Amino acid sequence: MENKVNKLFSSQLAIANVGVDIFAKAFRAQDTPCVHVEWRPPAGGNKKMVDLLSKLKDL
Amino acid sequence: MAVTTKIWSDTYYDSVTLMLGSSMISALPGIDEAMVLMGTDRNKTVIRASGLIAEGTGSFGPNDIVIGIRSEDEAAARTAIETLEAFLTSKKGSGDRNITARTLAGALREDPGINLAMISVPGRYARAEVEKALDSGLHVMLFSDNVPLEDEIALKDRALEKGLLMMGPDCGTAIVNGCALGFANVVRRGNIGLVAAAGTGLQEITVLIDRLGGGVSQALGTGGRDLKEDVGGRMMGLCLEALRDDPATEVIAILSKPPHPSVVEKMKAIIATIGKPVVACFLGADEDALAGTHAVYAKDCEQCARIAVELAGTALPEKDEAWIRETAAAEAALLAPGQRYLRGLYSGGTLCYEAMLAFRDAGIPAYSNIAIDRELLLENPDLSREHTLVDMGEDFFTNGMPHPMIDLRMRIERMARDCAEPDVAVLLLDCVGGYGTHDDPAGALAPAIVSAKAAAKAQGRHLPVIASVTASEGDPQVRSAQEQTLRDAGAIVCDCNAQAVRLAFAILDRIEA
Repeated sequence: MENKVNKLFSSQLAIANVGVDIFAKAFRAQDTPCVHVEWRPPAGGNKKMVDLLSKLKDL
Repeated sequence: MAVTTKIWSDTYYDSVTLMLGSSMISALPGIDEAMVLMGTDRNKTVIRASGLIAEGTGSFGPNDIVIGIRSEDEAAARTAIETLEAFLTSKKGSGDRNITARTLAGALREDPGINLAMISVPGRYARAEVEKALDSGLHVMLFSDNVPLEDEIALKDRALEKGLLMMGPDCGTAIVNGCALGFANVVRRGNIGLVAAAGTGLQEITVLIDRLGGGVSQALGTGGRDLKEDVGGRMMGLCLEALRDDPATEVIAILSKPPHPSVVEKMKAIIATIGKPVVACFLGADEDALAGTHAVYAKDCEQCARIAVELAGTALPEKDEAWIRETAAAEAALLAPGQRYLRGLYSGGTLCYEAMLAFRDAGIPAYSNIAIDRELLLENPDLSREHTLVDMGEDFFTNGMPHPMIDLRMRIERMARDCAEPDVAVLLLDCVGGYGTHDDPAGALAPAIVSAKAAAKAQGRHLPVIASVTASEGDPQVRSAQEQTLRDAGAIVCDCNAQAVRLAFAILDRIEA
């Protein structure tokens, strides 16, 4: 296993913010590059559809 | 009373935003109760049970926002809905959306340099999002809670296979490459690397290091369950190795509740490979928890920060505690007969835990909703008795409500109730700043402090209010400004929570005497 954590420590931090958008604002306020992902529940949050989709993915 | 229900179809907002909106309109005139939720099955049950579904409401689903309001009249409900709409629109508009994407894959197309995913989706969706991030080679900070233990273990194993960080779940605080992630503070960069399984504790220590003249290389979080037997310190191990191998880190500080004995053994083995000074604060553990290693024991966050700064080569400022005795004597002299109990109302879980341990060590029984001693567990976390320390960020309070570090209203209500009790002698508060937290926590607490003291005075009582600020000068809230606001409101401001507890003890001692 290669420890990629030390590589992160010596890289420019760049963030994908998935979920609560106050964090995206905080990253930008600190001049940390950030792409905010406007996350929504998959399949409109329909449990049966989510299960079906995950089965499809496994195939 | 009128019940109004409104459905906004195919509209999604995260739970923090909806809870803030809900809390905001609940406080409007003429509103008895209001809920703003996504229409998931669980939320349907909650909102139905609250009687906030008006007759004739159409069907709604998990992709719709449902607003339920009980109000004096329909006009009040209309105003509330308009207010909510304006609030949510402002959120959409002010999202500082320089770059946005609909999916993680889309984000990576926008910026292929992305190397960390901050994930704060509802817990039941977290695993899928984390897997996508790890499979894309990203380090992860998982802020979400309510993630099943088996998911945590599986995700951490996947991360370890790839040599990636998976901080969390329920990881509230980290500082990576100087950037504050989640609820975290802007502190000087330096040579102290930290790893913690306790969010507010990590904030407290990093802020203290900064205040004492030291600096932080990295501050990593593992999530609160990492050092339990099942998870086995999977992420603690990776973080310690990374700090060991990090040339910018010269001293390592560890913070958590006492790890499971099997995890302690693993940690000892890793610590043995670290050729740098290590300080470990296992809140509530015996002094010999890491016996046989070169790790130095610290009993609380303050001591941990002081030892780390000293080991890192920065001379510590003199600790002047004489003022504690003097202040305690002056405050105690003003108390009325019968005033004898302390109430500690906390927004930071680790800070409350630290206070609780100090009470235990001092042999003073204090009731708490997070008591270790079952006899001292509050039957109803809403009701204080005798000496009481309340962690208001605990699930009982945050279920469907914003965290008290974001929205202070619940704590302010509790302050008024507790301080009205004639036998209450001291109010102890934390005030946590940094990114992610309330814009001006001291400003929100100040009027409540003023009125609690005034109400006590009207009853012929003096009420000492002791507070400490977990924020740095570099934070958006600015520590010194927060402290001044609290002082102006009549609070006694201490350097840190541990010192605030010492002052509280000194006052209680005087009462005993």
